[in-house]
Amino acid sequence: MAERAFKIIPIIGAGAGATLLLLALILGPLGALFWRAEGVAALGAADWAAVRFTVLQATLSAAISVVLAVPVARALARRQFFGRGALITLLGAPFILPVMVAVMGLLAVFGRGGAISAMLGWLGLPPVHIYGLHGVVLAHVFFNLPLATRLILQGWLAIPSERFRLVASLNITGRDVGRILERPMLRDVLPGAFMVVFLICLTSFAVALALGGGPKATTVELAIYQAFRFDFDLGRAALLAMVQFGMGAAAAAVMLWVAVPTMMGAGLGRTVERLDAPNAWWDGLLLCVMSLFLVAPLAMIIVDGLPNLFSLPASVYSAAGRSLSVALLSMTTAVILALTIALMVVRLKRGALLVESIGYLVLAASPLVVGAGLFIVLFPVADPVALALPITALVNAMMSLPFALRTLVPAVRDIEASFGRLADSLQMTGWVRLRLVLWPRLRRPLGFSAGLAAALSMGDLGVIALFSDPDSATLPLQMYRLMATYRMDQAAGAAVLLLGLSLSLFWIFDRGGRADADL
Amino acid sequence: MLTFEGVGYTQDAFSLQADFTVPIGARVAVIGPSGGGKSTLLNLVTGFLTPTQGRVLWAGFDLAGTAPGARPISILFQDNNLFPHLTVAQNVGLGLRADLRLTEAQRQQIETVLARVDLAGLGARKPAALSGGQMSRVALARMLLQAKPLVLLDEPFSALGPALRDEMLDLVADLMTETGATLLMVSHNPEDAKRITQSVVLVGDGVAHAPVETGEIFANPPAALRAYLG
Amino acid sequence: MKYLPLAAGFCAIASSAIAETPVLTVYTYDSFVSDWGPGPAVEAAFEETCGCDLKFVGAGDGAALLARVRLEGEHTKADVVLGLDTNLTETARETGLFAPHGVSVELDLPVAWGDDLFLPYDWGYFAFVYKRDELTEVPRNFKELATSDLKIVIQDPRSSTPGLGLLMWVKAAYGDEAPAIWDSLADNIVTVTKGWSESYGMFLEGEADMVLSYTTSPIYHLIAEEDAGKEAAAFDEGHYLQIEVAGKIATTDQPELADQFMAFMVSDKFQTIIPTTNWMMPAKMPKAGLPRGFEVLVVPQISLTTEPDQVVETRNKALEEWLNALSK
Repeated sequence: MAERAFKIIPIIGAGAGATLLLLALILGPLGALFWRAEGVAALGAADWAAVRFTVLQATLSAAISVVLAVPVARALARRQFFGRGALITLLGAPFILPVMVAVMGLLAVFGRGGAISAMLGWLGLPPVHIYGLHGVVLAHVFFNLPLATRLILQGWLAIPSERFRLVASLNITGRDVGRILERPMLRDVLPGAFMVVFLICLTSFAVALALGGGPKATTVELAIYQAFRFDFDLGRAALLAMVQFGMGAAAAAVMLWVAVPTMMGAGLGRTVERLDAPNAWWDGLLLCVMSLFLVAPLAMIIVDGLPNLFSLPASVYSAAGRSLSVALLSMTTAVILALTIALMVVRLKRGALLVESIGYLVLAASPLVVGAGLFIVLFPVADPVALALPITALVNAMMSLPFALRTLVPAVRDIEASFGRLADSLQMTGWVRLRLVLWPRLRRPLGFSAGLAAALSMGDLGVIALFSDPDSATLPLQMYRLMATYRMDQAAGAAVLLLGLSLSLFWIFDRGGRADADL
Repeated sequence: MLTFEGVGYTQDAFSLQADFTVPIGARVAVIGPSGGGKSTLLNLVTGFLTPTQGRVLWAGFDLAGTAPGARPISILFQDNNLFPHLTVAQNVGLGLRADLRLTEAQRQQIETVLARVDLAGLGARKPAALSGGQMSRVALARMLLQAKPLVLLDEPFSALGPALRDEMLDLVADLMTETGATLLMVSHNPEDAKRITQSVVLVGDGVAHAPVETGEIFANPPAALRAYLG
Repeated sequence: MKYLPLAAGFCAIASSAIAETPVLTVYTYDSFVSDWGPGPAVEAAFEETCGCDLKFVGAGDGAALLARVRLEGEHTKADVVLGLDTNLTETARETGLFAPHGVSVELDLPVAWGDDLFLPYDWGYFAFVYKRDELTEVPRNFKELATSDLKIVIQDPRSSTPGLGLLMWVKAAYGDEAPAIWDSLADNIVTVTKGWSESYGMFLEGEADMVLSYTTSPIYHLIAEEDAGKEAAAFDEGHYLQIEVAGKIATTDQPELADQFMAFMVSDKFQTIIPTTNWMMPAKMPKAGLPRGFEVLVVPQISLTTEPDQVVETRNKALEEWLNALSK
């Protein structure tokens, strides 16, 4: 890219500010914990066992998600069928589901009392045993297979159709097409998809414990929990959080080194024009199995909760309203932060990768440590309880930033490569450039990022559990409160409300971004 | 008057030297092998690249430190000369105000230049609804409105067919005559150069040579040009 | 601008009203303050008489609550901390943040109470709850449970109060034999969850035959859902007693109100609210007695407890044993 002969200070400044804010949100709480800690902490054998289990489960979950996602993505890439668009949208659903809701849905299918066990029972067979490492991996695959599929599908659709025509004209068929076109693409795309899923599974705690079958399934996040609330050893909590960061940083370094696929980009609507696409029945079967795997637990959640949806206490609806405003605030924050960072990253000559990796590192941040650390920082100067909702919005925004960055950075880079010089030559700078050049061309990726950020924020319990105020409960918190007071049925109803709102938010913004297809 | 005063540009293994002057109102073709530095020469003028030595001056003023858009220059690139999400009128209007807050008089001006390039009534369309030739005309209309004294063309018509390209070149020549602007045009086609330019800058072997009269250079091509023409 | 004086007047009234209404801040666990917990009714009842604004602040569960108070230290905004249990009082005492409650009252607890810092407001026993229709042979102790092929779901002691309670229960009942009990229970444990809600939800969905909960859990189903199908198994080695307490913060700026609240806590009004909102036994039996439904409550023959000064040591040892037994 051409070297610029003029200054672009304001954009770099804004981006640097956003990056610093992000760094402060990641490292500040950690520092605060160390500052408040009494004495030097050391890690014991149990902590290292937790580290080993965490790496093991995250590696397995990521590997299986990615390996399964390859044939599914290929089937989606080369088949056009009724409901394909809906299926791709549905791929977003498990990812934005609150974890406990998803676990209950999975248990309703795979649990001892679940549908599959019931069917086995009719045949006189023993029930499925889901609890253990395989259960943890199953749940993580449920969450992340769709995400991996979306990432890999992107890779397929990025292969120019001319190349498929070229191999067809050279009479290359079958396996050789894979060797010449698909394998190089997969080599580019798979490591990145693997690392994204790995990072997400790194901080898993409730899922790992609930399905892990016992303390064998202790992850680092649970060890942090223990250090904080069982031993009140802030130093050890912070040290463990650092170890978690270390694992995340190592993963992020590898991820950036091997190049990550974009989250979306130009339409997922088209299919690959692959002239030899044998085994239609095989693709069909595959897509059916995957849809069933994704839809069955979701359906169970809905069937379970729907009867109670319309008889929920009023406070659940007001919590839903509160969650909606938190989600919208969080979404706005995430989009602004991601956009300013993206604008800076594409202009940086050096350090762009570093800035991007800071964006990913938040995935390895311990929610408990972030919450407790922010509390320590805020308490002397402000009332953390009064700030509960804005803080929740900010932390949620931070957690969805990696996905927004993954989407926006390549999009901005694309626009600057195609139209940057034209805009420069017409003296379109600052706001004018943002309004007339970037905004209209970024609508799709912005819509997608915004939808994802809003939905993720909606479903996340976030830091609010640490400093909640009875009158400012969010919907996930209200759902947990219903559960904590025996009202499991109403909690199931609240879960359906939550699922519905999350998916609607995602759908509305994602659609909004696509409304003007005139690009 | 455009002056390359001992200009040098070096990046990695690539280098380019230029030390000559282009008089006001001249129409100059820039010719040479691919990768020889034609676009580099233009980018040194536009400001997308900064000379590693020497100065580029317009009318005696050093252009260094002036942003591309603030220089007395209109540019047409090889592609992406129009924003696909803006209408024809908006794309043209950018030549008047980058923020598109246009007065009624300015809208009238846009209509007038669109009519001048035979696009009357197409202002509301988006570029996707235009033919290749029409898109070139929109860019030229904007160039007219910009009314900058120096016009740089970086092969903007290379994707057009021969007849259409000639038509565009003729239009450019007419517009240059009307406005009195100076033209620097990159081309790999000697016919283009012969058609509308008076002199030729030959770029090759790391040097942009001083302009030579067009008829003369093709009549007695130097070794480098002979090699290029084949 | 003629409204300006009026607005200024309103502000003056509003601020003087704020100045006149003292605020009593009570930190508690989250389910206490939820719409379905005792919080709203307690707040209304106390505000009737105190001439104050009672403000509840929720912070996770009991252990998270203590961690929160320790994070805030002497500058805590809390005047009263309500919701610690007998497994936490010793640690809480060591923080030096609490002042004597000064309330002398005859409590109705299964054990004698002489703590001058912490005052109980309710109590209960941990127990395994099952569905009456689905269990023909109900285990009568941990050993029977271990030899049966019943499946149980419990909570992790590191993240849950009842989870820790079970650890202390087994330790109090079996002492040095506890590791062997955990060994033999390992194949009965379906899974260990982060909190009580997840376990209880799994149990209701049929993932396990029994769940670690409270003897009062069946009463909830009976009273609130008119479902008599849940029952708590009575274990003959005794049940572990959980007593929930509150303490007054030493540095409170509302000492009188805090004292008033502590006294109110063991009054009839407060205690009447507890059984059907917190689903625990009242620390001081209300004059009207317990609500209908509580008569079927399982009353253990033996109350198991741990001496307060032994809690931390026992807890750490028990956790280690538990981790060892279940990590094999």
